[in-house]
Amino acid sequence: MNILHFVTIFFYMLSTAGYIAYLFFQKSYWQKTGFTLLLMGFLGHSLLMLLSSLQTGLFPGQNLQQTLMLAGWAFACVFLLLQYRFNLKILGVYAAPFVAVIMISAAGVPAAEISSHPFFKSFWIFFHVITTFLGNAAFALACGVGFLYLLQEHAIKTKNTGFLFRRLPSLDLLEQTGHACIVSGFTALTIGLVAGILYAKVVWGHFWSWDPKELWSGIVWLFYAALLHERLTVGWGGRKAAVMSIIGFLVIMFTFLGVNLILEGHHGVFTRW
Amino acid sequence: MECLRAGSNRLMQSVSPEAVHIAADRKNIMQDIILIGLNHKSAPVSLRECFAFSEEDAVYAIGALRKLPAIREVVLLSTCNRVELIMYVEKSVEAAVAARKFLSEFKQVPPDQFETALYQYGGEDAVRHLFRVASSLDSMVVGEPQILGQIKAAYFKAVTYKSTGVILNRLLHRTFFVAKRVRSETGIGDHAVSISYAAIELGRKIFGELTQKKVLLIGAGEMAELAVEHLIRSQAGAIYVANRTFERGVSLAQRYHGRAIHFEEIPTALQDVDIIISSTGSPEYVISPKDVTAVMRKRRHRPLFFIDIAVPRDIDPKVNRINNVYVYDIDDLKGVVDHNIEDRNREAIKAERIIEEAVIKFANWYDGLQVVPTIKALRNKVTDIANGEMEKTMRSLENLSDADRQAVVRMKDSLINKVLHDPIMFLKESGCHTDKAVYLDMVRKFFRLDENQSE
Repeated sequence: MNILHFVTIFFYMLSTAGYIAYLFFQKSYWQKTGFTLLLMGFLGHSLLMLLSSLQTGLFPGQNLQQTLMLAGWAFACVFLLLQYRFNLKILGVYAAPFVAVIMISAAGVPAAEISSHPFFKSFWIFFHVITTFLGNAAFALACGVGFLYLLQEHAIKTKNTGFLFRRLPSLDLLEQTGHACIVSGFTALTIGLVAGILYAKVVWGHFWSWDPKELWSGIVWLFYAALLHERLTVGWGGRKAAVMSIIGFLVIMFTFLGVNLILEGHHGVFTRW
Repeated sequence: MECLRAGSNRLMQSVSPEAVHIAADRKNIMQDIILIGLNHKSAPVSLRECFAFSEEDAVYAIGALRKLPAIREVVLLSTCNRVELIMYVEKSVEAAVAARKFLSEFKQVPPDQFETALYQYGGEDAVRHLFRVASSLDSMVVGEPQILGQIKAAYFKAVTYKSTGVILNRLLHRTFFVAKRVRSETGIGDHAVSISYAAIELGRKIFGELTQKKVLLIGAGEMAELAVEHLIRSQAGAIYVANRTFERGVSLAQRYHGRAIHFEEIPTALQDVDIIISSTGSPEYVISPKDVTAVMRKRRHRPLFFIDIAVPRDIDPKVNRINNVYVYDIDDLKGVVDHNIEDRNREAIKAERIIEEAVIKFANWYDGLQVVPTIKALRNKVTDIANGEMEKTMRSLENLSDADRQAVVRMKDSLINKVLHDPIMFLKESGCHTDKAVYLDMVRKFFRLDENQSE
């Protein structure tokens, strides 16, 4: 394993510890520590990806290891942006271990040989991958926020005003954050899918080929479109939206890994191992 | 409050016998710091209001007290729950008598009417009491934050009118420090301990900010009205009042600049409001699940929060099962409050420990202000410096004979004595006629004798 990869994992794990300490002791310096460590991990992570793409001359997403790293990077990136916009400090308890686990699993899978197909050297494919990954990362965070929402909602409903009730923010803030995640995720995913479809037309000559990956990506897109639509029309929020964002993310996980590993398709090469 | 006391007793029991012995020794020092006062526990409000000091009263009083020969420094604290005089005095017995006499004359209350309500602490007890008051352990609502600000204001008034000196300046600064420490290191002020405030806190957990949230008050009652007032303070939006007798509703609505609605309009009002506080004498449920499900779609599933203070209950408990609707009845709220009080008492024990530590530190500092220890410390400091320098020099002067060595040592010793002679004589004499604390403090600062005492 690359030393930089190791350092990145190390920082993410320390950050996880910081956030767990924050969860228990509620002292803001623990949160700041966790956040700073995560930021340092993210810098290491970015450097790692940059170096590996300089080495191969391709953007890092050519095998399962690189794809996982890219997913983790997108996730950390969206989380950091979200922290800037929303004061939802406790979310680090979800985000830090999440990204740590991704990086550890990336270290665990063997680095398959990279075949440099001319298809993958285009800017468009780079753009397509980055936007879909950022979108999916936002959905992953929405899923985390949804979890927190369900926990807090349950605490209030059952009048259990103890440990979690005190530590979790208001339902309103959770809902707003979750919604912001879904809106930005949906926007990014839409752009990413359009870029992918256009590029498919350029290289294969048709927009849509009923490849399982395409199919499932379409399902994900429709799923979140329905969620947003319901919210706009009948005000679908709160618990339902939280549950939906968790289910939605499970579908994404399947689309990301399940489809590539179980069903074959033209995206298969990216997750080779 | 009772649990609190039990907590501090337990704390005392865990202290070792030696510590108690030392504490007993200390009891005798600092007796020139005394505190006289009355508070919400010792005196009824009828008496407390007689002793309330207005701004001008307080200024006059500290001036007058300062002029009394027995009193050297004074700070007067007057809030709605307490009046306290913190004094550094010449002779404690006379000062206490003079202060009581002044209070009685100034407020025109005969001594026999308030003597029993007064408490008086001296030395460590006075310091501890002040620390506890500032940390809000002695307040009616333990953990309330206003008291520290009130003490600060009282102190700045005293400083402005020059009624404080070395001792009280130090004491009050320590007080602020301790109170801040208690606040930041314990969770004493963290959670609501009244029913109406607990309801507001719950509201915050649901809605985030309560600004512009619309409120419906059904019925009336002390607790319900208190909750409404809390909401108004949190800048809640429009307030609707529904009452069985419309006139009563109108008059209540006027008080809150709200709008009265008919009792029959409640189901429609549910479409609009966010927080419902219900406190009617109705034997049946006023709001049924059907009423609520009917409006949820129209209100686009925005959350609804019912605070049901009535007994028997006004809101059907089944309403709580509806999505995005939360119902808290009086028992639920009591549960929240009890939980918070338990926490607060646990935190209070921690706070007592911090205070005990600070009392000991302050006593140590005060101890240092005695003539003998100061002289000793001064001599030690100079001797240490001289010895240190000598050792350094001697190491490089290897060819000195033993006789020469001894001569140098003798010179060093007499130099120390000669240099210290005048300052020591000055300290010994000044103690008799003027405020010795000023000089002692000056000497200690001048030579940094308290350096090793961490702040």
